[in-house]
Amino acid sequence: MASGTTSVEHAADAAAHGAEASGAGMPQLDFSTFPNQIFWLLVTLVVIYFALSRIAIPRISAVLAERAGTITNDIAAAEELKQKAEAAEAAYQKALVDARAEASRIVAEAKAEIQAELDIELKKADAAISAKTAESEKAIAEIRAGAVKSVTAVAKDAAKEIVSAMGGKADAKAVTAAVTARMKG
Amino acid sequence: MATEAHEEGTGLVFHPLDQFIVKPLFGDGPIHWYTITNATLWMALSVVAIVALFVLGSRGRAIIPTRTQSIGELIYGFTYKMVEDVAGKDAIKFFPYVLTLFMFVLFSNYLGLLPMSFATTSHIAVTAVLAMAVFLTVTIVGFVKNGSKFLGLFWVSSAPLALRPILAVIELISYFVRPVSHSIRLGGNIMAGHAVMKVFAGFAAVAVISPVSVGAISAIYGLEMLVAGVQAYVFTILTCVYLKDALHPGH
Amino acid sequence: MEGDIAQLGQFIGAGLAGIGSGAAAIGVGHVAGNYLAGALRNPSAAASQTATLFIGIAFAEALGIFSFLVALLLMFAV
Repeated sequence: MASGTTSVEHAADAAAHGAEASGAGMPQLDFSTFPNQIFWLLVTLVVIYFALSRIAIPRISAVLAERAGTITNDIAAAEELKQKAEAAEAAYQKALVDARAEASRIVAEAKAEIQAELDIELKKADAAISAKTAESEKAIAEIRAGAVKSVTAVAKDAAKEIVSAMGGKADAKAVTAAVTARMKG
Repeated sequence: MATEAHEEGTGLVFHPLDQFIVKPLFGDGPIHWYTITNATLWMALSVVAIVALFVLGSRGRAIIPTRTQSIGELIYGFTYKMVEDVAGKDAIKFFPYVLTLFMFVLFSNYLGLLPMSFATTSHIAVTAVLAMAVFLTVTIVGFVKNGSKFLGLFWVSSAPLALRPILAVIELISYFVRPVSHSIRLGGNIMAGHAVMKVFAGFAAVAVISPVSVGAISAIYGLEMLVAGVQAYVFTILTCVYLKDALHPGH
Repeated sequence: MEGDIAQLGQFIGAGLAGIGSGAAAIGVGHVAGNYLAGALRNPSAAASQTATLFIGIAFAEALGIFSFLVALLLMFAV
């Protein structure tokens, strides 16, 4: 390590030179610069202290407090809005339920009304039908009665004719009785 | 400071500590206490960065923050929570103080990582003042708040009586070592990282190993990015721990 | 000649002090490893202990930094 030893020698030389130049090898131990450094350090610290404590710290703490306040307010407002939204939703749900109930009620009413009308109409129709049926039966009975009378008359006439054609003398009373008896039979 | 490794004859020459030299920004005279030096410049730049982040970034006072404002709010919230969790609720009135220290250390660390920059927090003078400020604050607050009860911090009442004087001596020593370790931890970490990078940069002068050297610088740079943040965090959280001791001295 | 011997002592001392950095690395590894082991056993408690983790790492690392500082002092300041 030839270069190592030479460098060490040089370092020692340099140290010696430095020691000659400034009184001590380490600049940190050069006491002639201490008053200067201490004076300027104190100036620096005082300036920083006043800049921070008079301007920066009140300003930043005010900003932080304001921000905290704003955030708290915003959170409160958000909470309020959320509650409002929940209330609105509940009202909506209630309205929906009411509307459903109303609708089903209306439907039921309409159904009942229709049913009632239907029943009346049905009754009317039934009555009309039964009236018609009775009329028709009466008409049929009349027609039948008419027909029986006609048949009786025709039968009497025919029997009278037949009897007279046979040369006999038709006894109207006997013929009628016979025809009537036959008709019944 | 440019890389100080320059070939002198045969070997390499390392000047890993030359980057920490404090020198006047204008002219070449002696350094008085009022002289504007490179340390002054980089402290001023950290002030500018902090003001840009916190004052200009939050000037909109927007409820929905811009990017810069939201970074500022994140750091604010992070530090606030740290003070509240570690030091307790009644330590909130020290929050601007803690935030000032945190911001200065954080920005100095990160600005010091820029190439050609000057790391103000690598100087024992700077970190010692920061640590002594914390130490004095903690001690004064402890005595003002608790009076003589603050001395109960050193008198471990849960230990056996015979052990208590010995423990008191140990506690007292550890109490007075606090500012030393507090300052040297920060300054030493930053200085070590920068010196190691500079040593690797010195090796880059040799053509054969320069790729390895450049790779190593990149890796160390990544590590130093982490260290810069962690050391600022540790400095702050230890401040909070000490504040808790001052406000609640009981063990 | 005697200056050379003094320098030799300085460099040897600096090298020995550098060992301390490695020891600090072991310490930091212990802290982080035990944290991870604990976090895997009880992940819900892990998040609340990150601050303690960083404090522990910082304490362990500070001692390594001290030894590094001793090495630097021997190299450049004595």
